[in-house]
Amino acid sequence: MEYLVGIQGPDFVLVAADNVAASSIIQMKHDQDKMFKLSEKILLLCVGEAGDTAQFAEYIQKNLQLYKMRNGYELSPSAAANFTRKNLADYLRSRTPYHVNLLLAGYDETDGPGLYYMDYLSSLSKAPFAAHGYGAYLTLSILDQHYKPDLTREEAVDLLKKCIEELRKRFIMNLPSFTVRLIDKEGIHDLEKLSSGAK
Amino acid sequence: MALQDLCHLQEVFPDTDCSPFGTRTGYYDDGFPASSRSPLFNFFIPAAEFLQESPLQFGQVSSAFTSQDHLLSSLSWPPGLPQDSPQPVPLPFPMSHGTTTLAFLFQGGVLAAADTRSSCSGLVACPSSQKVLPIHSHLVGTTSGTSADCALWKRILARELRLYQLRHGRRLSTGGAAKLMSHMLHPFKGSELCVAATLCGWDASGPSLFYVCSDGTRLQGALFSVGSGSPYAYSILDQGVRWDLTLQEATSIAREAVYRATHRDAWSGNCVDVFHVSSAGWRRRGREDLREEYYRERDRQGGEDLREEYYRERDRRGGGGPEGGVLQREGQTRGGGPETE
Repeated sequence: MEYLVGIQGPDFVLVAADNVAASSIIQMKHDQDKMFKLSEKILLLCVGEAGDTAQFAEYIQKNLQLYKMRNGYELSPSAAANFTRKNLADYLRSRTPYHVNLLLAGYDETDGPGLYYMDYLSSLSKAPFAAHGYGAYLTLSILDQHYKPDLTREEAVDLLKKCIEELRKRFIMNLPSFTVRLIDKEGIHDLEKLSSGAK
Repeated sequence: MALQDLCHLQEVFPDTDCSPFGTRTGYYDDGFPASSRSPLFNFFIPAAEFLQESPLQFGQVSSAFTSQDHLLSSLSWPPGLPQDSPQPVPLPFPMSHGTTTLAFLFQGGVLAAADTRSSCSGLVACPSSQKVLPIHSHLVGTTSGTSADCALWKRILARELRLYQLRHGRRLSTGGAAKLMSHMLHPFKGSELCVAATLCGWDASGPSLFYVCSDGTRLQGALFSVGSGSPYAYSILDQGVRWDLTLQEATSIAREAVYRATHRDAWSGNCVDVFHVSSAGWRRRGREDLREEYYRERDRQGGEDLREEYYRERDRRGGGGPEGGVLQREGQTRGGGPETE
């Protein structure tokens, strides 16, 4: 139902998420932002069960902000991803596990850009590109076919547009628009919202 | 508790350890906070003494699984994962979830409307319940889900907002109230508690509308409809709601949406309540019985009782044997269907 995608380039990470907040068959919101800003250069994209998404993502967000307040510097994307995974794992075998699927995208001064894929079973993997949701089944092979490690920003946006076009064509759900953001050494940039064209 | 803060009566109440559920929440067991060490929000949850354990276990007869359950769950789940929630306590009677409530923003503030039927499986338990509840002078909430849960949690929210106002000297915003409600309901996620409310308020930043659900959803928006009749209401609202509606137009479209939903949805009906929240506070339009509206519409559409048409049709076809007569009198078939010939 929900769709997340991330593409890592040589010095940037491009991420996109759909904008639909649904409740059974009804779209309750068409402009829901599923990205949570963890720090100046880290974004957490979060989908999954209704209340768990916001609750878990905000919990991680506030903890990272607290870390910065206490220590004077921000966690790196790799550390943030591992922290997130640890929290997921800790709650996994409790009475109240969080059912959320995540992409964490960030830019580190020393390590460069990074995209981390996490799912509700608290697996963690650094990947050049990744997607969540039913839409992932339709778009991963497009990413496999056209991705190259040194792709430019324009090529990444084109690749993203190809994925969205495929969803428009073949995905049974109508996902009218997508929020797109790019992270590089300057920080997080909002790009133009992509619409699938079908209104 | 406000009095306690003002009079520094904290010595009277015993010290307690917080968080009955581990690290996920920060609620006090017995609900009496000591204000000198208290965090920002202190919740007194009714029946807090039962919440020594997770709400999922509350009142459970037995949380042990049968061997059959174990086999089934081991087939569907990877090993080691938590199982589905244990068998719930059987409810004393079927709980009600049927309603039509809606709320939207427009230039004059926020408009909230709801029907007034409380249903209990197939029965109308109350034809004149109130589903739009004022919380304070500039905040109303529509309620959907289990009537008892909604009524209780709205009162708890009203109390907590008042306490916040007394403690901090300013009123919590609508978004803050929504977040507070969402966090109060979070420990009960997975249990039978069902509250789906929209909070419609006017705060320092103007009119705003939030949808809060006991499953944890919290959304800000310009138009929401909740309940079993909500799809019918959405289709009417999506056609006509704009920012620049006048109060009269907005009231009319809200009323129309509830009316259409009550017509189609079995669990919505009876009357409609409309509330308007503006910078001056909330105002309530008199409760209107929709039965009148139904008759008015029928008259507008050509007026007569359809039974008359029916008998005329039957007479035109020359009546029929006693069999035909019986079938026709049963009524829902169109006049003179093939089976009556």
